[in-house]
Amino acid sequence: MLLKSAMAGTTLVIRVAEDRIDAAGAIQFKERMRDLIQVPCDRVILDLGQVHFLDSSGLGAVVAVMKLLAPERRLELAGLTPTVEKVFRLTRMDSVFTIHPALAEGLRNAG
Amino acid sequence: MLADGGALRVMQAVALFRMASDSRDVRAGLHRALQAEPLSLLSADDRSTAEIVLAEVLNNIAEHAYAQGDGTILLSLALGHDRLDCVIEDQGGPMPGGALPEGAAPDPARLPEGGFGWHLIRTLCCDLSYERIGPTNRLKFSLPAERSRG
Repeated sequence: MLLKSAMAGTTLVIRVAEDRIDAAGAIQFKERMRDLIQVPCDRVILDLGQVHFLDSSGLGAVVAVMKLLAPERRLELAGLTPTVEKVFRLTRMDSVFTIHPALAEGLRNAG
Repeated sequence: MLADGGALRVMQAVALFRMASDSRDVRAGLHRALQAEPLSLLSADDRSTAEIVLAEVLNNIAEHAYAQGDGTILLSLALGHDRLDCVIEDQGGPMPGGALPEGAAPDPARLPEGGFGWHLIRTLCCDLSYERIGPTNRLKFSLPAERSRG
């Protein structure tokens, strides 16, 4: 599971450099994220622009990461592709995340 | 009956995919199915729906039916006029109580980390049925299948 992280000001941006977060990769995703979010930052944006598929295990792992960051920090999402967006919408989990159309908007709109 | 008396042309693309129940084999099996007919013939939206439902169903079998040890999963797909008929068989343990989970949607406010699978399956497919035949679990359902115009 390849995740690339970089600071943009006080925002930690983590880009998932994988095609999918599914049952075969969800645990690895969660473990890598746990390591990466150790750095001090105000916000965390997860850039999913490259991820074309996410299943219920992947969704559960994203929720788990959000809980690791709480209560001080929230997990924001950016760049949901059509299938990923569909999974968030059908499960209504789009209601609990701040979702930016793309990373650029996420970096502009603080919070 | 057709007004012109012509033969009814039913184009049906059928395919069978076999995979082992390890999560990586399921991922590879699903990938093979998506690249081949009939799934490759579908519109992007219906192909995406098929990927979501099939991934949930196949991973459920891998994680639950074959919880005691790996086995084989057989996926059969038949594309009709506007629907994709799916049959999935495995020789793992039976569904608890002999019936499919209800699939109630987890409450987003409670930040659930699971329980989404059957909700997604039941929301997206129709004519869902399950039977246990001897040592075999057979799950049947159909999915919307508009052909790609591309």
